[in-house]
Amino acid sequence: MIQPDRITATTCPYCGVGCTLELHIKDDFIYRVTSPFDSVVNHGNLCVKGRFGYDFLYSPARVTTPLIRKTPQRPGARTQAFDRDEWRQVSWDEALNHVADRLVELYRRDGPGALAVYACAKATNEENYLLQKLFRALFRTNNVDHCTRLCHAGSVAALLKALGTTAMSNTAAEVAKSDCFIVTGSNTTENHPIIALQMKAAVHKRGARLIVIDPRRLELCRSAALWLPLKPGTNVPVFSAMAHVIVKEKLYNRAFIEARTEGFDELAASLEAFTPEYAEAISGVDRELIAQAARMYAQAERGAIYWGMGISQLAHGTASALGLINLALLTGHIGREGTGLNPLRGQNNVQGASDAGAMPYHYPGYMLVDDPANAEKWERAWNIEPGGLSRERGLTTTEILSHAHPGGVRALYIMGENPMMTEPNLNVTREHMQALEFLVAQDVFINESGAFADVILPAAAWAEKDGTFTNTDRRVQRVRQALPPPGQARPDWQIVSALAARIEQRLGRPNSAYWGYEGPEAIWREMASVTPANHGVTYARLENGGLQTPVPDESHPGTPFLFAETFPAGRGKFFALDYVPSVELPDEAYPFILTTGRLLEHWHGGTLSRHSELDALYPEALLELHEIDAERCGLRSGDAARVSSRRGSVVLRVNVRNMTRPGVVFIPMHFAEAAANLLTIDALDPTAKIPEFKACAVSVTRAAEAELADPQAVTRRGRY
Amino acid sequence: MSSLDLAALDPILAEHGPRGRTALLPALHAAQRLYGHLPEPVAAAIGKALGVPLAEVSGVIDFYAMFYREPVGRRIVRVCTDPACALAGADAVLAAACARAGAPAGQTAPGGDWTVEAAPCLGLCEHAPAALVDDQAMGRLSPADVDALLAAAGPALPAMVGGDLRVLTANCGRGRPATLAEYEANGGYAGLRRALAAGPEAVISEVKAAGLVGRGGAAFPTGIKLEGARKAAGQPKYVVCNADESEPGTFKDRVLLEDDPHSMLEGLIIAAYAIGARQAYVYIRGEYPRAFGIVQAAVAEACAAGYLGANLLGSGFDLEVELRLGAGAYICGEETALFESIEGKRGFPRVKPPFPTAHGLFGQPTAINNVETLCNLPLIVTRGATAYRQMGTERSPGPKLFCVSGDVARPGLYEAAFGLTLRHLLYDLAGGLRPGRRLQAVLFGGAAGAFATERDIEVKLTLEDLREAGLPLGSGVVMALDDRRDLRDVLRRLGHFFAHESCGKCYPCQIGTQRQAEILERVAAGRAQRGDAERLRDVGWTMTDASLCGLGQTAASAVLSAMKLWPGLFAEQPAGPGA
Amino acid sequence: MSIDVHLTIDGQPVTVPAGTTLLQAAAEAGQAIPTICYHEHCTANALCRLCVVEVEGARVLAPACVAQVSDGMQVRTRGERVDRSRRTILEMLASAVDLSEAPEIQRQLEAYEAQPGRFPEAERREPALIDDNPMFVRDYGQCVLCWRCVQVCADDAQYTFAINFEGRGYATQIGTFFDRPLPETTCVFCGQCVGVCPTGALKPKREWLLEQGQTPDEIMALTRSERRRKQRK
Repeated sequence: MIQPDRITATTCPYCGVGCTLELHIKDDFIYRVTSPFDSVVNHGNLCVKGRFGYDFLYSPARVTTPLIRKTPQRPGARTQAFDRDEWRQVSWDEALNHVADRLVELYRRDGPGALAVYACAKATNEENYLLQKLFRALFRTNNVDHCTRLCHAGSVAALLKALGTTAMSNTAAEVAKSDCFIVTGSNTTENHPIIALQMKAAVHKRGARLIVIDPRRLELCRSAALWLPLKPGTNVPVFSAMAHVIVKEKLYNRAFIEARTEGFDELAASLEAFTPEYAEAISGVDRELIAQAARMYAQAERGAIYWGMGISQLAHGTASALGLINLALLTGHIGREGTGLNPLRGQNNVQGASDAGAMPYHYPGYMLVDDPANAEKWERAWNIEPGGLSRERGLTTTEILSHAHPGGVRALYIMGENPMMTEPNLNVTREHMQALEFLVAQDVFINESGAFADVILPAAAWAEKDGTFTNTDRRVQRVRQALPPPGQARPDWQIVSALAARIEQRLGRPNSAYWGYEGPEAIWREMASVTPANHGVTYARLENGGLQTPVPDESHPGTPFLFAETFPAGRGKFFALDYVPSVELPDEAYPFILTTGRLLEHWHGGTLSRHSELDALYPEALLELHEIDAERCGLRSGDAARVSSRRGSVVLRVNVRNMTRPGVVFIPMHFAEAAANLLTIDALDPTAKIPEFKACAVSVTRAAEAELADPQAVTRRGRY
Repeated sequence: MSSLDLAALDPILAEHGPRGRTALLPALHAAQRLYGHLPEPVAAAIGKALGVPLAEVSGVIDFYAMFYREPVGRRIVRVCTDPACALAGADAVLAAACARAGAPAGQTAPGGDWTVEAAPCLGLCEHAPAALVDDQAMGRLSPADVDALLAAAGPALPAMVGGDLRVLTANCGRGRPATLAEYEANGGYAGLRRALAAGPEAVISEVKAAGLVGRGGAAFPTGIKLEGARKAAGQPKYVVCNADESEPGTFKDRVLLEDDPHSMLEGLIIAAYAIGARQAYVYIRGEYPRAFGIVQAAVAEACAAGYLGANLLGSGFDLEVELRLGAGAYICGEETALFESIEGKRGFPRVKPPFPTAHGLFGQPTAINNVETLCNLPLIVTRGATAYRQMGTERSPGPKLFCVSGDVARPGLYEAAFGLTLRHLLYDLAGGLRPGRRLQAVLFGGAAGAFATERDIEVKLTLEDLREAGLPLGSGVVMALDDRRDLRDVLRRLGHFFAHESCGKCYPCQIGTQRQAEILERVAAGRAQRGDAERLRDVGWTMTDASLCGLGQTAASAVLSAMKLWPGLFAEQPAGPGA
Repeated sequence: MSIDVHLTIDGQPVTVPAGTTLLQAAAEAGQAIPTICYHEHCTANALCRLCVVEVEGARVLAPACVAQVSDGMQVRTRGERVDRSRRTILEMLASAVDLSEAPEIQRQLEAYEAQPGRFPEAERREPALIDDNPMFVRDYGQCVLCWRCVQVCADDAQYTFAINFEGRGYATQIGTFFDRPLPETTCVFCGQCVGVCPTGALKPKREWLLEQGQTPDEIMALTRSERRRKQRK
């Protein structure tokens, strides 16, 4: 029996639930992970990633020294280098000086617009704050974004438009208080496993009714009162038809509408066209099911809506989310415990990175960059000359790469993200990556994106540093250092501070924005002092389970649910919506709709989970096919298949599961050797600029076994 | 296995699938009849069709001794080796059968026709030594009959019924079930008519006035139970007939069900009417396939005659009866374990409270009664409490059935009013011991009972007198052991019985029955070690004091009573043969 | 709103709300009652019976983890019957399974002066360790059948139902459908079972390898991604 040298309490690095972990450590080796049963968020429950998926920390593939590419890379001819032999190990001084020199050189040559940065939803609040500060304060650019663009940008844009907010209105665990809740566009069981447990308990222990609206027969469907299997990309007609029924049958909450909303009449008029019959014709969902769902939700005492990327990752992602907001405002299912509009955030700290200003339109605290008052506020905070900060909105994640051409973005700094897996239409992304003049990757591994870089800066992983994460229900929680970083790896905040000092010196900025932080707590104090929602959050107050923002002052207990009395925008706004079909619809050449998503055992671009034993549980990408479609294609489970779109093709094994509705196929996004995003379309939502990951047209044909990337990999799993 | 025809399963899945988990045991029984055992794909198909998680399907299969995961012989021969049959030479029969089948007990010779098993008490004690070959009961076996045994070719085994009274057993002993017409001719279903006319409250107060207590072993006042279930909040309510008679030495309920099924049914209907239940269950132990068939036919008769179903006898009262067949688990005679079994689960007893009257089958108010108890209800309602109380004593009113087995001239089921003496039962009714034999001991109440000796021969068989004498009446078992019997061997078998039948839920019983069996095995083999008596006592009292259910609480009862009577039996024995 | 109930525990008067268990009430009174199967996170099944106490007037001992207080109850948390039961339960448990990695149970063995070797020639439960997945090993030779793992896999937490019981009585063991390896079952490797296991029966694989004397580097060299990386080279 092993006695731990120490047990370190921290927060899980994987999804947005934010489970508390206790790392049991012997000789700097984590041999067991537990969670206290009184933990606020997860009550001792964990998922496979939280409990077992930390072993990437010890992977021999970790980057442990700064690296500079041996062969200089030319724009347009940039190559990927995974092999260590292609890199030269250098000192931190050499690496940081090189990066500072090159960035400053390009800045001086092409101006602020030539530089861009991907911040990181896996890094801490403090590190994201610091990185955006570096690019804003020193390079005067707002080309700062991170993967929130790729997950919930549509939701955030919609919530801002309709309510003036940007996060889950309620606490996930409040599902225990709901008597009816909708889960849509979210495979909660796999992507927010602990919230799914709370949902199932709500159904099975407390009799709540669950309505699943999703193209896939999710595990949650087994607990659902109703399942509406809509075609991908048809959210707006389904939600609007539900609203239609609610209005026609006068199931709406008149008092709430009168007191708290505006635009009801316009909405009601716009809903005339959205009959259940019309929605059925488009979405394939039985009209009666739509009506039942509308009644069940509207007549609930406390109805809640939970959603995921199936809502936002569409070219009409903002409209989809507005469709849900309309439902909540019609019924008044918001502003009370057990109700609400709840976009389940994907990354452990995507809420926090957004809050910390790692976005092109906003400073920390969602202050718009094109509002001069905000810019002035941050100029004061950062000791920058008046008018020094850029008043122009920056480029979003996908735009940054599509602007990678002479006259556009020349240098890209990537902290921890992996666009070469997570961007849509990867063949084009590859061209963009190749076109960059200078690329820096700050990461724990050389991933598909870092392999293109000129310089790799070895970062400490989550267990090797201090800081805070903000989870999906706005809870700021502590991350605590449990281990020393391997080799010369350093926490991101140290790297960014050291780099900033060098850049500041080179640029000769007259007034220092200050980079000499003694640690993450000092960074937090600076950010909290300028962002009102965090005024009351101190490290000392985070010791016992964290605090839910907004926390306006140090006596404030935190905010489990929002909008009890009013919305930040005053009244909630109804939006009349139009149905806009997906950009690419199936046709004869590409007869299937491809939808993409995540798996329980893996994490996003795979940088972490594919360096973990998690990969042994699910080692290969599988194409989910309905048996009707499988028969049509002459394919059986285990066969190799080629899936092609107008943009690319992948070869992977077939899994006949009947999870999707016929005509819809599913590929998980995690596997580089069969990357789903080679197929996806880079069409963007006009407001939120989020790509349409969830619907494009593909063909499916038989492939030869030899075409598989790793024919030895076999997934032999029960799974539900 | 590759030739497994899963399509043949479809009708079973279609019939049971929509009923969900509660149909698990019936579906497994049906599938096993089809395939001989329950191979993995069959178990998986059943789990999926009924919506039962697969791990729980195999958990259930494993719990019940009569379900098989692995292939077994074409015929399954269960030879009872519990005390009553053992006294009559069961071990030799078992050995002969195994030799003939070509495999040790519990195993099957490759391609073998037979699987021979040593079975716990089959409730055929008056026909000892007895066996069950598939659905066919066989008795009075000898090693010489082994061919007939394996061929399941034997004479019918008419129940041996006698006694001072023939009230409960009025229709028993014909060697065949009483027909509905015969039952009615003897006043059958008059009690039901009277009950329907009098109303539920009147029925309950009559039962209370009659002083009827449960005949399954716990002796709980039946009227209080019915009243509790009637008053309990919640609908639906259920009545359950506990016909999982499994206490070694007990066979009274088998006789009642096989010879006079309508008596139990009438009692069940009256009980359902009294508490306001519209659904009744009869749970019959898996080892009683004949009784199951007879009750099934009786239910059909009763339905056809209007005693069951919607608006029965024009009363406006509806009642459906469903029969359930157990699958080899003594513990399912424990009422809450029986509920779990009907619900399609392993037969784990539940923690009480809550009690079944408030929180029983499917979590609803439930009245569960033993067969003999239910058979008393028509009697009470027909005759009235006062007349009923003329039988028996003030504190033990009514008739009682005694299952007499072992070393007596005429083993059988004897009915008498409470208050007869043990001597009267053993010597006058059962014919006494065989010539030249002396009474060494009487096992009272079954495996969960206690020993009496010659000194107790005048004890009056009433609840109060027996309690005073420290003898549990239990389910009415009276097993005589004459002077040539090795009590250590009897105890060894009891120990083995409980170790085999413990469900494994609570530690005292799960481990205690095993440790007890091991020590008793040593004692019987003449290898008792220093401290074994102390160990037995600690294990015994721990099981008695701390076990979760009645099984564990009584699993040491006979052993502890033997230790009191014959401490020498458990003394340290010099090890080794010939010592 | 709650109704107060007055009782005595070891002679000491205690007042607690109705619905309180004897375990909680005793804790209020400063009496720690030993438990094995009980876990705050799981449904209490009162099956280890270590928490039994004597309630005046009751025929048998009462499991404190589920038995609720009632007015006028007189509870004794120690005494000859209670101590004999606890001691014997612990001795029997020690005779059945390997408790070397159950420090809490070992402390109870000491507290009740139980002799782990009390039962000579006892058949122990010593099934082979099951190493069928990358995340954790199952050594049912250390399993005390507390049921927590089965419960958290089912409706106490996960609703996954990958494990259940095999066999019955003393031969009961936790297992999967027809002994399938865990990856072929519904198991999602959440490890809730590992989290609630009171002994060394369920253990993260890396912890087990470390105990076997492997170094962290050797352990990591066994992982699949490492094997694959080497394969590519």
